Amino acid sequence: MSTPYAKLPAWADYGLIPLVNLLVAFIVAGLVVLLVGENPFRAAAILVEGAFGGGQAIAYTLYYATSFIFTGLAVAVAFHCGLFNIGGEGQAYVGGLGVALICLSFDGTFPWWINFPLATLGAAAAGALWALIPAYLQAKRGSHIVITTIMFNFIAASLMVYLLVDVLKPAGSMAPQTRTFLEGGQLPKLNWVIEAFGLPIRSAPFNLSFLLALIAAFLVWVLIWRTRLGYEIRTRGHSPRAARYAGIGETRIIIVTMLISGALAGMMALNPVMGDQGRLQLDFVTGAGFVGIAVALMGRSHPAGIVPAAILFGMLYQGGAELAFEMPAISRDMIVIIQGLVILFAGALENMFRPYIQTIFASLKPRSAGLAAEKGG
Amino acid sequence: MDFFNTLVLLLDSMVRLSVPLLFAALAGLYSERSGIFDIGLEGKMLAGAFASGAAAAVSGSAWLGLCAAVAISVFLSLVHGFASITHRGNQIVSGVAINFIAAGSTIILGQAWFSQGGRTPLLGADSRFGAVRLPFAEAVRDVPILGPIYSELLSGHSILVYIAFLMVPFTWWVLFRTRFGLRLRAVGENPAAVDTAGISVEWLRYRAVICTGILTGLAGTYLALAQNAGFVKDMSAGRGFIALAALIFAKWKPVPVMFACLLFGFLDATSIRFQGTPLPLIGPVPVQFMQALPYILTVILLAGFIGKAIPPRAGGQPYVKER
Repeated sequence: MSTPYAKLPAWADYGLIPLVNLLVAFIVAGLVVLLVGENPFRAAAILVEGAFGGGQAIAYTLYYATSFIFTGLAVAVAFHCGLFNIGGEGQAYVGGLGVALICLSFDGTFPWWINFPLATLGAAAAGALWALIPAYLQAKRGSHIVITTIMFNFIAASLMVYLLVDVLKPAGSMAPQTRTFLEGGQLPKLNWVIEAFGLPIRSAPFNLSFLLALIAAFLVWVLIWRTRLGYEIRTRGHSPRAARYAGIGETRIIIVTMLISGALAGMMALNPVMGDQGRLQLDFVTGAGFVGIAVALMGRSHPAGIVPAAILFGMLYQGGAELAFEMPAISRDMIVIIQGLVILFAGALENMFRPYIQTIFASLKPRSAGLAAEKGG
Repeated sequence: MDFFNTLVLLLDSMVRLSVPLLFAALAGLYSERSGIFDIGLEGKMLAGAFASGAAAAVSGSAWLGLCAAVAISVFLSLVHGFASITHRGNQIVSGVAINFIAAGSTIILGQAWFSQGGRTPLLGADSRFGAVRLPFAEAVRDVPILGPIYSELLSGHSILVYIAFLMVPFTWWVLFRTRFGLRLRAVGENPAAVDTAGISVEWLRYRAVICTGILTGLAGTYLALAQNAGFVKDMSAGRGFIALAALIFAKWKPVPVMFACLLFGFLDATSIRFQGTPLPLIGPVPVQFMQALPYILTVILLAGFIGKAIPPRAGGQPYVKER
């Protein structure tokens, strides 16, 4: 069997091609800015300044990046198994319920460093539970996981509105949210780390869950590339038939992968709920579950790519807020367009520029690239 | 009699609410039958709604709005086709991308061009698709039973409603009684066989996604120019996904698609009408449950408890000519 495209050196495959795709996505986004009647270069300058100019901006950028690392990892783990989990949004939303239940129960009893691992477990369990039914249906009944996870996003939204409005809202309160957690239900901030570099911060929600996100990224790398389970996941992702032939239980591997994916998405809720707002609010996920798709595609489903991709999107979120301030014609929704373009060019059209890059490589080094290109082309 | 009138009103609003679903689900039918999965129905519908709202506001003509909506939806369909047919990219990823691009750009462009917080200006009756009165609708209104059915349920909808329901037999005819339809279905089941017969798989699939674009454009136009008076941000509100659900529910067949859309429209109509009214035996049902019901039903269907939904065999797989 021939692979559709010839081999490139690893650095071009994992570095150059994603970079070219990203560049094209940003050029098209620049055209949209032009269409709105603003200068794209000035917009880019404001965006970068807004995301990295000063401690306050950096802290916010990293705060957003924390959420995207979790959701990006969630999508990536499922990708490795050949599954497309679009349900990160709903899993994160329900994950917030896990965090809130732990915090509401124990915030007066235990200090934060006991509640933090408990809430992590709660978030992971709730997120995993929300991924379990689509996973089971895919594994046992062959229902397409893309459709079921989309449906579960909508069901999660309805469920959480119901719970917040009718069940969890404290008596006498109008806003659809839980009561504010006590000291024991709030994570310590990490702002002092940035201040240690001499960058002052007024107040920012950058918190301990960032470290948890980095640990999760490392553990995902270990899981996928250094364990037997990870090997089985990747085998199923490359070729379901080969996996079946090798005696890898399909039902088990799909369900386990989706549980891990859902747990990672659920843990995203720690960052806004326990790290920032200190209570469960409506729509606290604000699209982070979907950003995870773009992050995973851009990071090529590898933790070493996902963390920088998440920081880039954190930068877009934070810088985008500043941009909306400076250029009223450009609201925060610009990010949604950029996100879509990144998904389009880094995901669906990832192979668009490959033949051209291969031609360039072949003309530079006819011996190393030429042979392979001939075989595959 | 009171019950009967309520029922007629309920069915009337069911028809109105199911029209955008019907357009979008039939749109998905063409694409998916040809082997191109399309979860970008939502985005194309939204972009179509925006284009029609904007064009109708500027030009004052509903028909120009319709043309603009179809043009932009077809363009997005071609982007989807370019990614998934020409470049053999992942069709789901491409659909997701189109949803985001549409959601973001309609708000940004709407704000930049009209400065009304992402909505287009409110349209007058001339630049919308108004109600079409069927002949004698007023005259027979007082006839018992048949009168209200004719004058309320069948008459008084916009032209797009009639087009939508006419599209059902038309789509059936195209898919099952024409050479194009036969080939389109074949390319969704076994593209290699179609290729062997000397027919271009790529061109056939491109034509299918163009049909999808035209129909999603109509769906968007209905939202902006018939159901409402102008574009409001995120006005498709998940209808593209419900349409997708209806398509699966109907097992990719045109006439069942209509009934599935009417069912989901009926659920929507009852949840609006009976908001907060306790049901007999069950007691009050949270409105959120009614809103989630189409999605829950789809999941139950997908699980194979109400018959099994088998998608076109080559769906989702890019076609690679043997080398």
